Parts: sequence; C-alpha cells; structure tokens
Amino acid sequence: MLSAWLGATLSGILLGLLYGLAAIGLNLIWGVMNVINLSHGAFIAVGMFASYFMANYLHLSPFLGVFLVLATGVVLGMITYFISLHRIISAPELSTLLATYSVSLIIIGLGTFIFTTNPRAIDITMGSVSVGGTVLPMTRILTGAFSVIFTLWLYYFLYKTWSGKAIRAVSMNRDAAELMGVNTTMSLALAFGIGVALAMTAGALTATIFPFTILSGGGYELKSFVICVLGGLGSPLGALLGGLILGLI
Amino acid sequence: MKRLIGVLVGVLFLAVSMGPAWAGMNKLVIGFTMSQTGKFNSESKEQFQGLKLWADQVNAKGGIYVKMVGKKLPVVFKYYDDESSKDRVQQLYTRLISQDKADFLISPYSSGLTASAAIIAEQYGKVMMATGAASDSIFNKGYTHVFQIYTPASRYLTDAMDILTKVDPKAKKIAIVYENSKFAKAVCTSAKKYAEEKGFKVVLFEAYDSGTTDFTSFINKIKATNPDAIIGGGHFADGETFTKQLFEQKVKVKLVSLLVAPAVPEFSELGKAALYVTGPSQWEPLAKFSKTSAKSAWFGLSSKEFVKAYKKAYGYVPGYHAAGGYAAGLVLQKAIEDAGCIMTNMVKKALEKMDITTFYGRIKFDTGNYYGRQVGHSMVYLQWQKKDGKMVKEVVWPLEAKSANLVYPFYKKY
Amino acid sequence: MGKGKTLFWLIPALLIIILIPPVTGSVTTREGVFLILMYVTLAVSLNIILGYTGYVSFGHIVFYGIGGYVAFYLMKFHGIHLIPAMIMGGIGAAIAAFALGEAVLRLRGAFFAIATIGVNEAVKALVNNLNFIGGAEGLFFNFRIYNTYGGATKAIWFSYYTMAALTITTVIAAYLIKKSKFGLGLMAIREDEDAAIILGVNAKRYKSLAYAASALFPGMVGAVFFFKAGNIEPHDAFHLIKSIEMIFMVMLGGYGSVTGAVTGALVYERLKGFLLVNPLFKNLHMAISGVILLLIVLFMPQGIVGFIREKSKKLREMLE
Repeated sequence: MLSAWLGATLSGILLGLLYGLAAIGLNLIWGVMNVINLSHGAFIAVGMFASYFMANYLHLSPFLGVFLVLATGVVLGMITYFISLHRIISAPELSTLLATYSVSLIIIGLGTFIFTTNPRAIDITMGSVSVGGTVLPMTRILTGAFSVIFTLWLYYFLYKTWSGKAIRAVSMNRDAAELMGVNTTMSLALAFGIGVALAMTAGALTATIFPFTILSGGGYELKSFVICVLGGLGSPLGALLGGLILGLI
Repeated sequence: MKRLIGVLVGVLFLAVSMGPAWAGMNKLVIGFTMSQTGKFNSESKEQFQGLKLWADQVNAKGGIYVKMVGKKLPVVFKYYDDESSKDRVQQLYTRLISQDKADFLISPYSSGLTASAAIIAEQYGKVMMATGAASDSIFNKGYTHVFQIYTPASRYLTDAMDILTKVDPKAKKIAIVYENSKFAKAVCTSAKKYAEEKGFKVVLFEAYDSGTTDFTSFINKIKATNPDAIIGGGHFADGETFTKQLFEQKVKVKLVSLLVAPAVPEFSELGKAALYVTGPSQWEPLAKFSKTSAKSAWFGLSSKEFVKAYKKAYGYVPGYHAAGGYAAGLVLQKAIEDAGCIMTNMVKKALEKMDITTFYGRIKFDTGNYYGRQVGHSMVYLQWQKKDGKMVKEVVWPLEAKSANLVYPFYKKY
Repeated sequence: MGKGKTLFWLIPALLIIILIPPVTGSVTTREGVFLILMYVTLAVSLNIILGYTGYVSFGHIVFYGIGGYVAFYLMKFHGIHLIPAMIMGGIGAAIAAFALGEAVLRLRGAFFAIATIGVNEAVKALVNNLNFIGGAEGLFFNFRIYNTYGGATKAIWFSYYTMAALTITTVIAAYLIKKSKFGLGLMAIREDEDAAIILGVNAKRYKSLAYAASALFPGMVGAVFFFKAGNIEPHDAFHLIKSIEMIFMVMLGGYGSVTGAVTGALVYERLKGFLLVNPLFKNLHMAISGVILLLIVLFMPQGIVGFIREKSKKLREMLE
C-alpha cells in the first residue's frame, strides 16, 4: 500500500513539474506585463503539433526537437506581441484580454481548418522504471527533468543576464526602467516571447505522454490559471510549486 | 424626426436583407448541419464524407427513383456548420426546412445536437435520420419523425458480457471505469444492470471526470479488486490515456473493452499498449455481414465495395462514423423507394415496416414506446491484434461477422 | 437633460425588428431574430457589470446556465408554465450572483476576470455530478410538454414573443439603471473605486446589486432558450465561449452604452450568421472572427457607437 502510494506520488510529481512549466509561461507574462494571456492554451496546442510533426516527418526525437520549439516560440511570441499587444499594452485589462483571446481564435480557427480535431499521439516508448509496483515510464521522467531544466534556465536568465534583469526592471516599474536606459518595448516583447515559448515547450513535452487535438490546449490553460493563483505571481519557482500541488491532487 | 425615420429605414433594410426564399423542383433536397468547427469536427467530417459518397453514387445512377413522380430525382445537399454547439442548431434546421425547402433531414453529429434538431423536425413533420447519435433518451420523448441508425447506448457494452460468457464462463468479476459524460454514463449504467442480471459481479463502478489525464488512483483500485475484465472508457483521449497507463502499470486482466477509443485508427499509435484491447464499434471494415448470413432482406452494396469506394474517394479506410453517414442515406433511399413518393407519412410507414440488412448490419426501428429507436442493428467488437508485425483491427464478435478469433486473455501480451 | 431620447428611437427600432417575422410569416427570419434578441439581452445585461461598473465578468454565462437549469427543472418535474419558471430562473440566477458577488467582487481587475471563469467551471463540474438534475446526461423534455402551449409550433412562437418582451424589458431596465443615482454610483466605481468609496458610495453593496441585476436577465434568457431547445446539458448551459461572445458584442458596439450593447449584438449576430452560411468563409469563420475582434480592440476600442459618439456631439444624447 505504501509502495503504491509512493508510485502515485512520484508520478504526480513528474506531472506536476510539467504543469508547472506550462504555468510559468503564463505567470511570466502576467507578472511582467500585467496581461493575462488567453492565447496560452492555443500556443500549448501549437507546441504539441510542432512536436508531432517533427517526430513523424523529420524523425526528430521530441526531446531534441523541444529546443527547436523553444527557439521558434520566442520568435513567434515576439511577433504576436508586436501585432496584437504593443498598441494596447497600457490600456485597461479588458483590451489585452480580448486581444490575446482573438489571437487564440485565429490560431484555433486555422488549426481546426488545417489539422481538423482528429486526435493525435506520438508513439515513443523508451522503457520504464518500476517503483514499488508502480511503473514510471521513461518519457514521464524525461518530461519532468526537462521541466526542471527549463525552469532553472529561466531563473538564470531572469536573475543573471542583462536582458533578464531588464525584464524584471520593467515588471517593477516601466517608466523608471525606461529612464534608466532600458528598451522597455524590446523587454516586453522578449518577455512575451519567452512566455509563449515556455507554453509551446510544455505542449511539446506533454505531447509525448498524452494524446491531443488542436483543442487540447484549453484544459492545460485552465490548469495554468489555477497554478498561477496557487503559486503566486512573478516567481518561476512559485509556479513550479503550484504545479506540484496540482499534480499531487 | 427625419433622423428617426432614417434609423428605422436602416433597421428595416437590415431585417429585409436576411435573404430571399427560393424553392426548387425536380430534385430531392436533404438538409443537415455538420460540425465544421468545435469538438465534433473530426467525427462529423467522417460522417459527412460517408453520406456524400452515398449521394455521389446515387446521383451517378441518376438519383432515387420516385414512383409517383415517375422518374429518378437527383439528391442535393444543403448544409451548414453548427459549430458543435446547440446555439444555432434550431435556427439552421428551421432555415433548412422553410428556406432551403429540405425534403428530408439528417441529424447533426451527437445526441445533444440531435435532440435539439428533433424538435424542429417534429414541429414541421419532416423525417430525420439520426446518425452519430446513440442516446436512448431522445426516443421516449414522443417524437414520431426521428429514426436512429446507430445501436443505442443501452446496448453498447452489453455484448462484452456475452463474449465473456462464451469464452470463459468462470470470469465473473467486472470493473467498470467510465468517463463522467452523458454518453459513457448512459452506456455504463445499462452495462452494469445487464451484467448483474447475467450473474456477474461488478466489483468496481467508478466515474472519472472528463479530461482526466492521470489514472493512477483508478488503476490502484483496479489492482486492489482484481477483476477479470475492465470495461468502460468515454471518449478518445481519455480512453487512449487509460489504455496506455494500464499497460505501463502491467494490469493483469483477461479482457479490456473500452468505448470509442479502440475503434479510432489513431489508437494504434499507442503501439504495444493497444494490443488485445477490444471495443464496441457500430461498424468495422472487416465486419463480414453478407447476403448469405443476413437475417433479413439485403439492400445496397457490400462491405467490400463500400470500403473500396470510400478509399478511392478519400484515400483511406473508413471508420464507423463514415459508415453511419452512408447508412443514413441508404436507409432513407430504401424508404423513399418503398414508399414511392416523398410524402412524410408514406415514408414514415415504409420506415416502420423496414427490416433490411446492409453492409452496415441489420436495420429495424422500434415502433412502440421508444418510437424510432434502432432495434435491428447491434455492435461489432473489434480487437487490436498483430499481423505480420503490424497492428490491425480484427472483428471478433458477433461470430457471424468475425474476421479473426478473439485473443484471450488480455494479459498474454506482457 | 434629454432623458429618454435614446429609448424614444431604440424601442421602436427593436419593435420593428420583432414584428418582421409575424408580419412576413417567415420562420427562418424568426429564428434569426430570436438569436438576435437573445444576444441583445445578454449583451445589454452584461454591460451593467462590465460597462457601467468596469468589472470584467468573463464567466457571465454561468447565470444563463443557472437560470436555464432552475426553470427547466421546474417545468419538467413540476409542470410549471414557462413564464413563472422563467421568472424563478432569473431570480435564482440573481440570488446566486448576489451571494457569489460577496466573495468574488472583492477581487479587482484581472483577478476578478479569472475568478469568474473559475466560478463557471466549478458550477459546471457541480452540475455534472448532481444526479437529480440529470448530471452529465442533462435533462430532456417530453415532446408532450409543448401541448400545454398549443403544440410545438405555437410553443416556439410563444417562446419568441416571450424573448421579445424580455429584450424590451431588459433594454428599458438597463437604460433606467444607467440614468439613476445607482447607475452614477456604478460609474464612479468604474472610474476610481477608492475615490468613490471616500465620496460616500457604498461600493460593496452597489457592486453586488449591479452583479445581481446583470445576472437576472441572462437567467431568464437561459430559461427561454432551453425551453425552446427541449433539452439542457452542462456543456451547453455553461459554455465559456458564449461568455466571451457576450463580451465581444459589448466591445463591438461600445462599452457602457445601452445602444452600444444592442448594436454590438445585432452586428455580431448578422456577421456571424453571414460567415457561417457563406460558402467562401464557412470553413474559416472562427479565424475571421478573431481577426475582426483584434482589429476592433486595436483600432476602435470604444466600439461602433462609442466611435459615433466621439465624432458627433449631436448624436451623443441619442446614443446613451
């Protein structure tokens, strides 16, 4: 009984780390820009499809492809920022909520048209580890590990690099940061880019363990909201903790 | 005052622009909505493709022969997107009947949308073939114009018990784990009742929430109760995830039979986890219903011909949604030919009397309390097996339609 | 003060739209107008909390669902007529909003928006598990229920007229609220809640009342819609996307103005109806809606009516 409990706990923790990673993307954007990104779920779905196509057509392992997804995500996110958010970044919440929601409509609308809502899954089996009667597949362990790595990387980026510090400065006081010579526009765009990239990365990793459709992002988006509320705003580690709580219950 | 009049004229103009009415002759108009967007998109598209194949084949021969008109009438479709949501279903069906002058209707995909459309069909007295809708509850509501093509939910999983009785009379412990959704709940409640009537012991009867991704706690309960068979499931995503985790946790049972997911071709993407999983399906390409084994008069093309034509048209092997779509057209065609006219009353009478077997199986409608419910058709059970190193779906039940023998027990694969 | 100028033309305009289907006898038009009226009522109600008070209620559809369920239950199991059932549904939704408001209205800005989404999802999950109201399977009417109303055909006309009366009532009520002292208090809260409190506005009570008022009519709309649909399921009753559509309509027409909400709902319904049946766009209508919404948010945040109000001083009084 104890061993079954241990196994369930471990599998919950691994899943929680992944949820946490997805939530960090939302959390970063929320914390820095005071924007609730309602296209978060759509980008998670984009990440899933990216991973799927790389695995099936380029024969690239999702665990290598995820870095490509991350890089693409930053660019895609920055473009989205300049198109849909830059003009209204100082407007009341309602504008940014609706702007990001319309981005989601566009992505899901095009996605449904191109991919249909057919369910898809990536077939990878990589062996497994047995912990007291519960079997932990390798893919789950890897997704958990990658989630931790990306979180640490974000932490490093925000606290140790100049661009990261600039983003944090913008999140504290946009005007003051501007006065100190920070290019606030680029910082905001970069923050949005990274937020989107993390959402896509989480999607790419999730696709290795669960089947998905173009509409699957919605469920993970809701989870991300809950995690952000649980873990508090602004801190990547807080979001990871929130994810763990959700993974365990 | 001038401005007021201006505004009112504008409003009037807007209202009048809502489109002219236009009536057609010399053709049979069939109206329906499909889910081009939203969550039913993929199933609905398959259903549509099946239906369209039927229409193309009929029209290639000139149409449906209607005795009263004395000639063949080609079939014309009128359809709109219902967005997988109830909001517009009634509006669109009303439009189909009153503006597009649809002679007959096909239901939307899913029981919920069909129930909304049924009210309109009933109100205007139009015959509606309900396909993609397996609910029983639509049919005891007093409708007299809706005819069901699918085997209803109440008989979806009951055959799993019959299979067990046949292959292993000693297997008596059943675990039912199902999605807390309209459809799965209806199916599993009936299955539980049936199992208990047949002397099985239901050791676990639990529902999981829609969208569940982690089944660890359910699997632990299954392990604790040690059943012979697991039945249940819900939709594709949860069924696939559940199967995957059953495999990862090496759950030792003799039979696994799940709703929906095993019948979907993408299920094989699971690889070995999918092996020996069984599931009910409305129809399978390998199901061998034939003129010789048919229990009633044969109508239409053979299963092989259907698969071939579908593959030619769309490039892949059809699933049961497509077959259901085609069958809806086929049954309607038969009813119109039998009636010899397109008057609702006559076509209804033909449908009431109908007892035919098609590539899709037997078709017969309830004329009692559950008027219009399907009573002839029954589920086929498929099982994922390995053939020449490839995953294939074989039909294992009913025995008269089987393409391979059931591999039993399930845990053989570990 | 040009009190009533707006209603002076808005109500006749709505009445003309309402009268088109019975005059022409076209049921297709009736179905279209029914949806327009439903959307108008929803948008105008949402505007009370969203536009007047400045609280973004993202999960507002929850009240439509609650009202729908209350009324459906009463009609199905207690044989109550649509009208009293609808009123009960509306009151049920308003009470729920008042109670919920005490909790969620403490939150401001984005937190409130997210909390209302949470409320909607929670109620949906709850209803999914309540078996006496059908749980996940939902409830179905027996077709015979329409016999009380003289058969299905008459029942649908009856629900049409009920919806029409509801729409007119809602528009008048929303206008009166806006012009009242209560309405001014709400707008003070929207501009600066803390300042409003200092100036003696009982913000807490005002917000709860505004929330209840904006839930009352959607609850009644739910009752009429599901009466006509003949069945109710959690998935349709608490459909989050519909909630966002409501916000879309208010934004499209113009935030805070009754005419704006009416115009937004009208334009949205026609636009969507057009996109859905147009062969060129029907595959892509969702993406196109997204593009249009984005363009409005970016370039015309004040909405159609807001834009006209800005341009023309003369029309301002007529477009409250």
